[in-house]
Amino acid sequence: MLEAYPQNRLARILLWSFAALVMAFLMLPTLVVVPLSFSASNLLEFPPHAYSLRWYENFFGSATWMAALRTSLILGTLTALIAVPFALLACISMNRLGGKTAAAIQSVLLTPSITPGILLAIGLFFVLAAQHLIGTLLGVLVGHVVLAVPVACIVLLPALARFDWNQVQAARSLGANWARAIGGIIVPQLRISLLSATLMAFLTSLDESVISIFIASGRNSTMPKLMFLSLRDQIDPTIAAISTLWTVIVVAVVLIVTLRQKS
Amino acid sequence: MTVVRDPALAADARRERRFFLSLSLPALFIVGLAAILPILWIIRQSFLTTGGEYTVGNYQKVLSSGLTWSALVTTLELSLGTLAACILLGTPLALALASVRPRLANVLMAFVMLPLWTSILVRTYGWLVLLRRDGLINAALTGSGLTAEPLPLVYNFTGTLIGMVHYMLPLFLLPVYAAMRDIDPNLIRAAASMGATLRQVIRTVIMPLSAGGIFSGSIIVLIYAIGFFITPAVLGGGKVNPLSTRIERTLSTFQDWGSASVLGILLLVLMALIGVMLLAARRLVAQNTVEASHA
Repeated sequence: MLEAYPQNRLARILLWSFAALVMAFLMLPTLVVVPLSFSASNLLEFPPHAYSLRWYENFFGSATWMAALRTSLILGTLTALIAVPFALLACISMNRLGGKTAAAIQSVLLTPSITPGILLAIGLFFVLAAQHLIGTLLGVLVGHVVLAVPVACIVLLPALARFDWNQVQAARSLGANWARAIGGIIVPQLRISLLSATLMAFLTSLDESVISIFIASGRNSTMPKLMFLSLRDQIDPTIAAISTLWTVIVVAVVLIVTLRQKS
Repeated sequence: MTVVRDPALAADARRERRFFLSLSLPALFIVGLAAILPILWIIRQSFLTTGGEYTVGNYQKVLSSGLTWSALVTTLELSLGTLAACILLGTPLALALASVRPRLANVLMAFVMLPLWTSILVRTYGWLVLLRRDGLINAALTGSGLTAEPLPLVYNFTGTLIGMVHYMLPLFLLPVYAAMRDIDPNLIRAAASMGATLRQVIRTVIMPLSAGGIFSGSIIVLIYAIGFFITPAVLGGGKVNPLSTRIERTLSTFQDWGSASVLGILLLVLMALIGVMLLAARRLVAQNTVEASHA
């Protein structure tokens, strides 16, 4: 963009040094935990004097952390399985209706993603308390689904916009009912977008912390809730090991999504 | 729109519309159940005593407490501070990224987006490690002789602000970068050929054309920043208490559901105020652009 100004080398160097500093600021906290997680010491020393896998052993050997991991994985899977079909149907609906109706539906579906998490969390806490559902998996699940639906819609809406609806018309005129048309034509053709939407919905649940902190408890505590509690109490390198694993998993999922979308 | 005269066809079209509308119902139902009902419940709870009777006492109690007003001030300080830092750090970075070839820019963007894909708790932990008294940054500062004593960088306002800026910066960057990418390079070439200096091009071509992106980015920052909970709760070390952590403490420690709800409503009002101000601002910006383009 600025190639019309080859003579302003100093300005360019300044701009890029500044940009490099800001990028370092963005990446530093994610990267700093990796070497720490392999430290052999109890202290948060950097760089570590000796290396070991003891914090990973600590994590995998802890019944509490393993239960939380299990809860988070189950919750993520259930969230994706519920949110993606809901989102697909809503996107078909918005695509076909168009205009103001579609815009109205979309703004309702997006409400949860712009509402501060703390408000959703305490509101849900009150509602669930009235039904005696605090601490249950169901309560957290409902909260996660409502956050995952807009995420899935963001992936599926553009995919449906590119979809050729004549195929559905043809199938319908040949006697296929709607369930058949959706299951037999739309789903197979959107499979890559549906896979992306599923992974994103899974990640949304895996990453959600505020609702979990307020509603999940005991056996149903999620990973983010346990991490939050241990960050508040003591910080030992076990968290560094968990953080490293967590980031590797998330980055892997994101890479799969982006690479599949490109191919 | 075609005008359907045949009553049978019109009935058919209506039926089809109803069918498509019904496909949205499961998603709308879950939003109603898990987002709208909870917000309404907060409003209801704010008027109830612990015994379940109707009262306005919660409002009197919360609004007359100095803690509430200091929480409100902290919320605003953190949000505006985050916004200012995002504009100062993000705009030059977006300009740098928009000025390189798209392929290289995409690779750099992937690195910029890395924190977006890192759990907020992982990042908060990373900042604790970096900013502690015996942390990496203080070790570097004292080691190089820049400061004699370690600086208090975390468990205070500074640490909270750093964590929040780090969270919001990628989200601010996205619309700004998109707006700058959309600028027609011919405009800059034209300005350059007419003798505009780099400074003039940035001030009179690039900044006005990216104003929309900076504006969208600012909306995103403010809307998110007023509700931040995890970052102040951990990096604030109990000393930084915006509305969100005040809500948590009122609910968990004091079991005072009514007061927690009133604080929640304050947060809602703040959100609505920001929304109204931004809409008004957007109208102003749009008007000015129209006037400028007519001038």
